[in-house]
Amino acid sequence: MTEEIFQALSQYIAKDILKQPNRKISHDEPLLSSGLIDSFHLVDLAIFVEDEFGVRIDDSELNSSTFDSLDQLVSLISDRKR
Amino acid sequence: MPTLPEILFAHYHDNFDKEIMILQQAGHGDQPISYGDLISGAASYAKIYEDCGIRQGEVVILILQHGIELVYSFWGAILHGAIPSIMPFLTEKLLPDRYRSDLASLISVTKPVALVTYRDFEGEVRAALKPGDSVRAVIISDKVLPGSVPDIAALGGFHRSPDDIALLQHSSGTTGLQKGVALSHQAILNQLESYSQALKLNPQDVIVSWLPLYHDMGLIAGFLMPILCAIPLVIMSPFDWVRAPYRLLQAVSKYRGTLSWLPNFAYNFCAQKIQDRHLDGIDLSSWRAISNCSEPMRYESHQMFLERFRSFGLRPEALTTCYAMAENVFAVTQGGIDGAVTVDEIDRDGFQSKREAQPVKTGHPSIKMLSAGKPIPNTEVKILSEKGVVLPDRFVGEIALRSNCMLTGYYNRPDATKKAFLDGWYLTGDYGYMVDGEVFVSGRKKDLIIVGGKNIYPQDIEELAMKVAEVHPGRASAFGVFNEESGTEEVVLVAEVDTKDLLERDRIADEIRRVVTRGSAISLHNVYIVGPNWLVKTSSGKNARVYNREKYLSEINSLQNLYD
Repeated sequence: MTEEIFQALSQYIAKDILKQPNRKISHDEPLLSSGLIDSFHLVDLAIFVEDEFGVRIDDSELNSSTFDSLDQLVSLISDRKR
Repeated sequence: MPTLPEILFAHYHDNFDKEIMILQQAGHGDQPISYGDLISGAASYAKIYEDCGIRQGEVVILILQHGIELVYSFWGAILHGAIPSIMPFLTEKLLPDRYRSDLASLISVTKPVALVTYRDFEGEVRAALKPGDSVRAVIISDKVLPGSVPDIAALGGFHRSPDDIALLQHSSGTTGLQKGVALSHQAILNQLESYSQALKLNPQDVIVSWLPLYHDMGLIAGFLMPILCAIPLVIMSPFDWVRAPYRLLQAVSKYRGTLSWLPNFAYNFCAQKIQDRHLDGIDLSSWRAISNCSEPMRYESHQMFLERFRSFGLRPEALTTCYAMAENVFAVTQGGIDGAVTVDEIDRDGFQSKREAQPVKTGHPSIKMLSAGKPIPNTEVKILSEKGVVLPDRFVGEIALRSNCMLTGYYNRPDATKKAFLDGWYLTGDYGYMVDGEVFVSGRKKDLIIVGGKNIYPQDIEELAMKVAEVHPGRASAFGVFNEESGTEEVVLVAEVDTKDLLERDRIADEIRRVVTRGSAISLHNVYIVGPNWLVKTSSGKNARVYNREKYLSEINSLQNLYD
């Protein structure tokens, strides 16, 4: 289950946010604090998570203290799906 | 001519209970602030500045996030007669080391005597200090408690004269921080008098802003003007807005907002990212002027915004334009107040090859240019050729301006000040043309990149890229490329490396991206790795960014054609 979430997220980020479909994103790579995903794309990511997994991330949570890596985002999503 | 403290004092006297600001912060209730609150909060800072031995005319740097402390410490400095300057706060992207060195370089040029920051950030700020520098005090904001209001009329600010410097404004980045625009009380008040006429500012107006206060658009249009002209202001944090752009529309609807200023990308951003569920019951019919300002303005962005929000009461005539710069305090022109913004459909080929903006002939490719409007009443604009000759209508040249609200100078930088003027006219570094008194801004002479309204100096980005071991000195070039979808420029960096190994090149690109982001808080759109001798240099060996940009675009286009 978490692997599916991971795959969906990493494909979305590589293709739609970074526009580098072949880019591999590792489990623990910092996404926000590294600037890979800039603040203008945080809304897109939140909308994707909501549409795809039915999990809402509040706008006040869109920062690296809530999640920075894909692993952290995946566990946030699976916790809330339960 | 009065000064800022005198105007504030008059409001304190006449409008003590008037709510002048609503401060919004995600996760908190809206906080109304009356003139009474504002002055007593500011006076408690003025007292601290006095206790710290800060004298009139000395600079105080404010290192605070959007919030009440920033508001009070700013006006406290004004009431005390000190010169406030707001420095952008450290973001999570930026490396603390880098922030420290930017702050140290700001200190070395601006020579502030005090810095105001949070307790949690004090260590960071102190780390930028050096023995023997100008800083005598680091003031911790949470130690400043609103106390009894001192004898306001006895505060130091009342001994300032109209031509004294009131505040400093900096662009961001290493380069920008070394050029503080110094503005006098008189210049600011002349700007507000003229600009409020151009806007037809009136007591029914309500300004709604999410703009940062370290930028001229946020500081003047979204902070000083409303407070000094007694126009209620609803203000939210740029960090909250970018994560939830609907907050702007909700605030306009709730408080019947009439005026806002937005950089071009924000029209695209709002239109694309706001979801219907956040628009329940939203009514935008009160909005009478939303001025597109601070980066190239696009007809397409206005249309996108209008189509998205027309059914929520947005009026087409509310889409207005403004050309502004800190050196003129703020506005140079304003368009769209007396009627719809003029759209000039020009011949694309003639514009690109002959630098003339002629009306398009039927069947030819065209560009729709948005007018920035006429100069505001106190400002004159002319278009100059490369030789400094005034050009007639529809010829593209450098925009020059003259007014009674120009900067006093770049602070402690007489060299830079002198270079900026020609016979009393300020040379903007922007290209444009005029038609019947209206100004059309069409490009830039300097290599500056503007992303989302924020000025970025390419040399800052290149210097960071050259810190990556595989990139040799002088072998990186940064420039902006406009993105139609987002409505703003994106930063591209080309770097020459010796290796031909593709995996190694990917690794270097990632490393450049990391170093640039952590050193400037700027995300690179593309890092384009090339082999030796790719970059174009000028005859004097300088980085020819314009040509590198053209070369990059043609390579990218042919690559794309290959895949299509």
